[in-house]
Amino acid sequence: MNIFVQTRNRISKFLAAFLRKKRSRIGIYGPPNAGKTTLANRIAKDWTGEQLGLVSEIPHETRRAVRKADISITGSNGSSITIDIVDTPGVTTKVDYKEFLEYGVAKEDAIVRAREATEGVAEAMHWLREDIDGVIYMLDSTEDPFMQVNIMMIGIIESRNLPVLIAANKTDLPDASPQRIRSAFPQHPVVPISCLEGSNLDELYEKMVNNFR
Amino acid sequence: MAMQGVQIDLISEERLADMTSMEKIRMILDDVRQGTIVILERGLEPEEQSTLIEMTMREILPDGFNGIEIETYPSREESPGFLKRLMGKSTKETRLTVIGPANQLKMIKKDRDMISAWVSTK
Repeated sequence: MNIFVQTRNRISKFLAAFLRKKRSRIGIYGPPNAGKTTLANRIAKDWTGEQLGLVSEIPHETRRAVRKADISITGSNGSSITIDIVDTPGVTTKVDYKEFLEYGVAKEDAIVRAREATEGVAEAMHWLREDIDGVIYMLDSTEDPFMQVNIMMIGIIESRNLPVLIAANKTDLPDASPQRIRSAFPQHPVVPISCLEGSNLDELYEKMVNNFR
Repeated sequence: MAMQGVQIDLISEERLADMTSMEKIRMILDDVRQGTIVILERGLEPEEQSTLIEMTMREILPDGFNGIEIETYPSREESPGFLKRLMGKSTKETRLTVIGPANQLKMIKKDRDMISAWVSTK
């Protein structure tokens, strides 16, 4: 290969790397047991056919942030986005290993789980500070949206000027009230969904395409 | 007989304004770990809240400190001054904040403008 061809290849590689659009990393945040991993699994399965993580009723099942790269989502008008989805551990200000004992976890395992959960929360905060470009904030719509952790997290996300969609999950349950979430956070779009039943996810995908491009 | 009870520290806005972020967070965590309830006249900035969550997590121990309970009203948009309006900037006003040990301070009821909490001795 002559020097002219080598130089041309190098320049084109450099330009390709320089001009490549950065893929947005969208973090799924929220308190423990809101359904973050169920949503991450739904998104990954709907658009790539693969799953991300394990789901359980025990709080803090996700104790490490898990990233699924290159998910292309297409809206109804044909426009699309390619994103990485980051499923993050549930954020809280307190962790007590005794909470896990109530789910039949042995004491030693509960202590390990609690330690991993605290590390997971710190990790989730670190991702938010350094590596996240947009947020789906996941709430259980049967719970009180004014929980302090929600108010703090929405404030932190807003202070970083990140686009945010609020997913009001568990609308399949009789006590669900997405309207309560709307009135708590009127400044952000709220999409009522049921990850379990897969209902209204099309609206969420539509809003993701519009908000995270 | 020694009086039983819970210490409450009320920190004024002026006192907080003189402290760095790390000084505020260290003061809060040191106090709360001793069982003190801390009430801040003005709340922490979002970045400080984020650091407080992270540092709290690092200090949790089995059968020891198990975290904090923190309650604050949702922040309000501050009315921007002329310069900020010109630059299109808006700032959030942080509001009264109550912080205590998770095993002693429990929220009873809360909405936009009211916090009702319950404090127990250890």
